[in-house]
Amino acid sequence: MKIHEYQGKEILRQFGVVTPRGAACFSVAEAVAAAQQLGGTVWVVKAQIHAGGRGKGGGVKVAKSLDEVRSAAQQILGMHLVTHQTGKDGQVVRRLLIEEGAQISKEFYLGMVVDRGSQRVALLASSEGGMEIEQVAAHSPEKIHTVRIDPVAGLGAAEAASAARRIGIPDAAVAGAVTALQGLYRCFVEKDAMLAEINPLVLTADGRVLALDAKFNFDSNALYRHPEIVAYRDLDEEDPAEIEASKFDLSYISLDGDIGCLVNGAGLAMATMDIIKLYGGSPANFLDVGGGADKEKVTEAFKLMLKNPNLRAILVNIFGGIMKCDVIAEGVVAAAREVHLKVPLVVRLEGTNVELGKKILADSGLPIISGSDMADAAQKVVDAARGA
Amino acid sequence: MSILIDKNTRVMTQGMTGKVGQFHTVNCKAYANGAECFVAGVTPNKGGQSFEGIPIYNSVAEAKAQSGATVSVIYVPPPYAAAAIDEAVEADLDLVICITEGIPVHDMLRTRYKMQGKHTLLIGPNCPGLITPDEIKIGIMPGHIHRKGRIGVVSRSGTLTYEAVGQLTALGLGQSSCVGIGGDPINGLKHLDVMKLFNDDPGTDAVVMVGEIGGTDEEECARWIRHNMNKPVVGFIAGVTAPPGKRMGHAGAIISGGQGGADTKLAVMEECGIHITRNPAEMGRVMQKVLKGS
Repeated sequence: MKIHEYQGKEILRQFGVVTPRGAACFSVAEAVAAAQQLGGTVWVVKAQIHAGGRGKGGGVKVAKSLDEVRSAAQQILGMHLVTHQTGKDGQVVRRLLIEEGAQISKEFYLGMVVDRGSQRVALLASSEGGMEIEQVAAHSPEKIHTVRIDPVAGLGAAEAASAARRIGIPDAAVAGAVTALQGLYRCFVEKDAMLAEINPLVLTADGRVLALDAKFNFDSNALYRHPEIVAYRDLDEEDPAEIEASKFDLSYISLDGDIGCLVNGAGLAMATMDIIKLYGGSPANFLDVGGGADKEKVTEAFKLMLKNPNLRAILVNIFGGIMKCDVIAEGVVAAAREVHLKVPLVVRLEGTNVELGKKILADSGLPIISGSDMADAAQKVVDAARGA
Repeated sequence: MSILIDKNTRVMTQGMTGKVGQFHTVNCKAYANGAECFVAGVTPNKGGQSFEGIPIYNSVAEAKAQSGATVSVIYVPPPYAAAAIDEAVEADLDLVICITEGIPVHDMLRTRYKMQGKHTLLIGPNCPGLITPDEIKIGIMPGHIHRKGRIGVVSRSGTLTYEAVGQLTALGLGQSSCVGIGGDPINGLKHLDVMKLFNDDPGTDAVVMVGEIGGTDEEECARWIRHNMNKPVVGFIAGVTAPPGKRMGHAGAIISGGQGGADTKLAVMEECGIHITRNPAEMGRVMQKVLKGS
């Protein structure tokens, strides 16, 4: 689960990481009032959306008067902010962060990830602040300093200080950097984060170390023990179809094709998308109904797919294990009737009770196209979507 | 022959008295030699009771001492599952198979750390388990799609493993053992570990390796295969069409930081001499062709 920058900074401050003073605002008037309250002569007006790359897309502006704060807030609030992470339609900006300006003398990068290879939390630190870390990794990997952290000992002060020196933090500021590094690590572990980035971490002209940005992604499997993180959820930032799917315990991801797929199991669901593409079609979604799908779940899955105006055909691909093919067939028939299905439907069943399942489909009187195996089903649904 | 488990394996079930544990225990017990293999259950505070004639113990250590079981399968709910693995490791079992899906990653980081230097092997979590056809099934896969034979199967997915097995069986190609290593980012045995076991197993002639997006485990396995494997390997990777930055169902199935894409994995595998297919409907047929050619 992702959160906004201002929320990430709230969390970081709880762990002793210093950030600029700021306030979240939902209107232009609030933005101006917040700037007034903060005082000073320079403010930064920052669009709050979950995607990265906001600055390049025009979502971050420096203001040197309250009038400039007002005009920046007017420009940014409500804009469709397009970044490399939003897709071409962009994301509507509904929240702003107004912050005091900082006199930056140098920028650094701090990141933290769950490293699969070493099965440790890894700290990534770099002198190349403000850049995409993927770019740094591709062009100058030697500039990324990695520390794989012992989960029992944690990130020690000496280890953190050495990392800080390695990326070029001057001696006078090392103590501040150690506070930031250790705070980030404790926060990462205690809040069950999967990914955290402070990019940039800055050294100010007066020698302070500040987190100028904060990006978090939390483990959705651990949210049950973090109501305080769940409270940060912003449904405006999520795909409505994916929100709807999660209510029914369906795993759904919108894609830009026209063939809907309903599959049991994540691996098979991906393979189904792949084979549609291989046979010349384009998948409209990833949809895993899980191991315990019943009639209600299948019906909701059909409704979800049918909300997509681009949908031209549906492929149901089920390999029954725990899930019995006759149960899923009954669900498919009931769902097709309930939603008055107008697009062609191809169904491929295999596994437990497959014959019974096929008979239910055949006896339903519905124009369901049967696929004998994955290849046959994929070919048929691609043809059907083309209107062949 | 087989890897990891056979008809002489003795198994305890952690979380046997829950709905999921009960359902699968009944099915596993009914498969092949299951009635002799499934000898104990563990549920704290229910020691002394029994389920389907299988005695229940309060702890893993007690179940091991009393029943002689050296392998456990875990159906414990996610908040408690990592602690269940820890208990099995502390009791020095040979093998733990964790079926549970949805364990917090940081729990698994701590559990894997504690497993360092220990003797116990872990399969999963978030996996279908493993099966040696006609001998023993430990997990949630449908037993009837398998046939005894000489092809090994290793996969990160559940139903996609069944798909591979179903294709092999339909072509008359039986399986030595089929291992689902699970879809989580922090897990036990990797493709590479299972591949080494298949390479050393005289009952296995060839291996189907099914991977998916996320991480670099398939690449590492492929590089080992290039220099060490003396049996043909057929490979498929799911998720060529998956967009970056999105978790595709499995917690570990995500392309991030420019790593874990299916095309990269397939390219490395092909370069390392694995017979790859981009068509998930062709895994069985590619294996058939490879075996005929060799």
